[in-house]
Amino acid sequence: MDLTYSPDEEAFRLEVRQWLAANLPADIRTKVQGYQALTKDDYLRWHRILAAKGWSVPHWPVEWGGTGWNITQRYIYDEEFGLAGAPPLPSFGPSMCASVLLRFGTPAQKARFLPRIRSGDDFWVQGYSEPGAGSDLAAVKTRAERQGDHYVVNGQKIWTTLGHYGDWIFCLVRTDFAAEKRQEGISFVLVDMKTPGITVRPLILMDGGHEVNEVFFDDVKVPVENLVYEENKGWTVAKYLLGHERMGSGAVGAAKRELAALRALAGREKKNGKPLIEDPRFRDRLSRAEIELTALEITSMRFLDRMRRTGQPPGADVSMLKIRATEVQQAITELMMQAVGPLAQPFAGVEGGEVDSFASRLAPRYCNFRKTSIYAGSNEIQRNIIAKMTLGLPA
Amino acid sequence: MNFEHTEEQRQLADSLGKYLAAHYGFEQRKAIVRSAGGVSDAAWNAFAEMGLTALALPEADGGFGGGALDLMPVMEACGAALVVEPLLDHIALGARLVARAGSAAQRAAWLPGAIDGSVRLAFAGLEPGRRYDLAPEATTLKKTAAGPVLSGRKSVVVGAPSATRLVVSARGDAGPCLVLVDPAQRGVSLQACRTIDGLRAADVTFTDVVLASDALLAAGGTDALPLIEEATDFATALLCAEAVGAMAYANEATLEYLKTRKQFGAPIGVNQALQHRMVEMFITTEQARSLAILAASTVDNTEDARERQRAVSAAKVKIADAARQVSQEAVQLHGGMGMTEELKVSHTFRRLTMIAQRFGDADHHLERYAALG
Repeated sequence: MDLTYSPDEEAFRLEVRQWLAANLPADIRTKVQGYQALTKDDYLRWHRILAAKGWSVPHWPVEWGGTGWNITQRYIYDEEFGLAGAPPLPSFGPSMCASVLLRFGTPAQKARFLPRIRSGDDFWVQGYSEPGAGSDLAAVKTRAERQGDHYVVNGQKIWTTLGHYGDWIFCLVRTDFAAEKRQEGISFVLVDMKTPGITVRPLILMDGGHEVNEVFFDDVKVPVENLVYEENKGWTVAKYLLGHERMGSGAVGAAKRELAALRALAGREKKNGKPLIEDPRFRDRLSRAEIELTALEITSMRFLDRMRRTGQPPGADVSMLKIRATEVQQAITELMMQAVGPLAQPFAGVEGGEVDSFASRLAPRYCNFRKTSIYAGSNEIQRNIIAKMTLGLPA
Repeated sequence: MNFEHTEEQRQLADSLGKYLAAHYGFEQRKAIVRSAGGVSDAAWNAFAEMGLTALALPEADGGFGGGALDLMPVMEACGAALVVEPLLDHIALGARLVARAGSAAQRAAWLPGAIDGSVRLAFAGLEPGRRYDLAPEATTLKKTAAGPVLSGRKSVVVGAPSATRLVVSARGDAGPCLVLVDPAQRGVSLQACRTIDGLRAADVTFTDVVLASDALLAAGGTDALPLIEEATDFATALLCAEAVGAMAYANEATLEYLKTRKQFGAPIGVNQALQHRMVEMFITTEQARSLAILAASTVDNTEDARERQRAVSAAKVKIADAARQVSQEAVQLHGGMGMTEELKVSHTFRRLTMIAQRFGDADHHLERYAALG
């Protein structure tokens, strides 16, 4: 057994690290490290810088603009992003929609959409969840009725992350209303968000931030050529995509950087006149988070190694990475908030006064990160997956 | 042994409950939080009329001579409704310190107003860089020919923006002391903020504030730190009761959601994995309630500081852990909706998160508890 990276892999890591140090805009890095929200322009600017380097879609086939890196290199690349405070590109276009198009799209669909995803010209968002269809995704009710050469879509999506930035949205819609099994009447369609009849309404989260939305469809005309794969076979596409969602959930690099930031913060904060980091209770809790993260890193590398050796996708047990990664992230945000003590309370200035300090962003961040154990398949659903698929427990 | 509330306690809780149901619904609270001052004068006056401000003050000062046990149902109701008026800061810190540290003349000057609500008190105790430490250090009171001069800075003074007087702890020539300061006075500047849980607070800076000689509570004749510690323990006991009310609401809302939210053709509450988590929230809240009762009873009935500190720290450790567990689980079991401004449970989450840290987090009180032996 050998737990180290090869000299080639280390050289690759250095190349990525040096490039990020030279090319990640300082203002974007500052925002990420200071827990401030990124604007659409920030995302697009960063996307174009990566695209110019040829690194916006490293995991794609080379013929469509991928880098040809193996999975270890891709893992190193993601880890270096996290360590550097480089924001990952929103996954809806480059990872999710593109994966579906590459697997199920027609040549015309690939040619039309993939280059614009790669360049960042189209900002994609995801139309999956509905008010009555969260964990139970097959309960989607949004209707798409065929009328000649287009569908007419009516219904509502919810939790559409960055929906207010979206140029295009991929949606699960119901096309067969009489299907015996609910999964059999669903289709996967691509919708131009400039089409008349679409309304995006913000859902403000408890940290005050606007990142998710409700999207309403009122007689929205979608050309039939925007159907991906076969009509009523959208569940096959959805399941394929959900597997992809779970794979990209390591976040080890970012957690390492944040732990270092937490350690530095606890060195500045004072308790009884001494640095907080010297308080045994706090230090123990920080150490536990670090130990859990170390375990997560090695577990992630073991998945990587298994995939490399077998050439197979990770399997259902990869859900454990999503569960533990979100728990570690949440633990770090909690320790950050506790580290500043009473100074975690102030949130916003009033009467013209400004409250905008690093400390004032820690409680909102703790609040915001509660979402991570809910989104992308709640941690309860991930445990169900392991229970049924990996452990074979009865349903 | 008798854990029942008295008839009077029940009646008070009942009338407060009716008032909050009619005037402090979720939407009404949102409007209060968004208003310019962030507090409702109408609610404040109603609280005073109900006698909440008089309840724990001595009868000799015009109060009802009650204590933390009498205020417990009141605080539970405030916790459930997420009341943002700084009632706790006024009753348990400001007015209590004036009553316990003030001279007869000072009590006569300020407590009638504190009872009828026209005087609003907040306690400026914490200092930047000193975490939960109650001993004043960088805020100083110096004798000069012009009178006592106050200098320094206090952090996150809850209730300061609406206060008519601040009770300020300072390091005097003879040790920790307490002074009453008009926040509108020259040399006092407030940087006001809204807290993550919707309260109003301020960082307060005192720049060579020249005070009248009667601003010094008890003429600075005694070490004020034991009084500050007692009032803070009393306030912590009340905060624990407030947390119990907030947790009870979070549990009620979550239970309702588990019974009504349907996925996969059935209420999500049919899942045993979720049932057991709901049961743990319920048990944790009852355990926390027990220690909140013990803390309230102990601050009312003992003169022994060690006994009081042990009971309050035990309660605060339990409350901090329980608030964390219940608030996190309530949001998780509500799914995405629990994350939004639109659901009260996310506001209860924020209140419980801040309660867990206020007056010392679990680590702080565990350390104090362990050190007391």
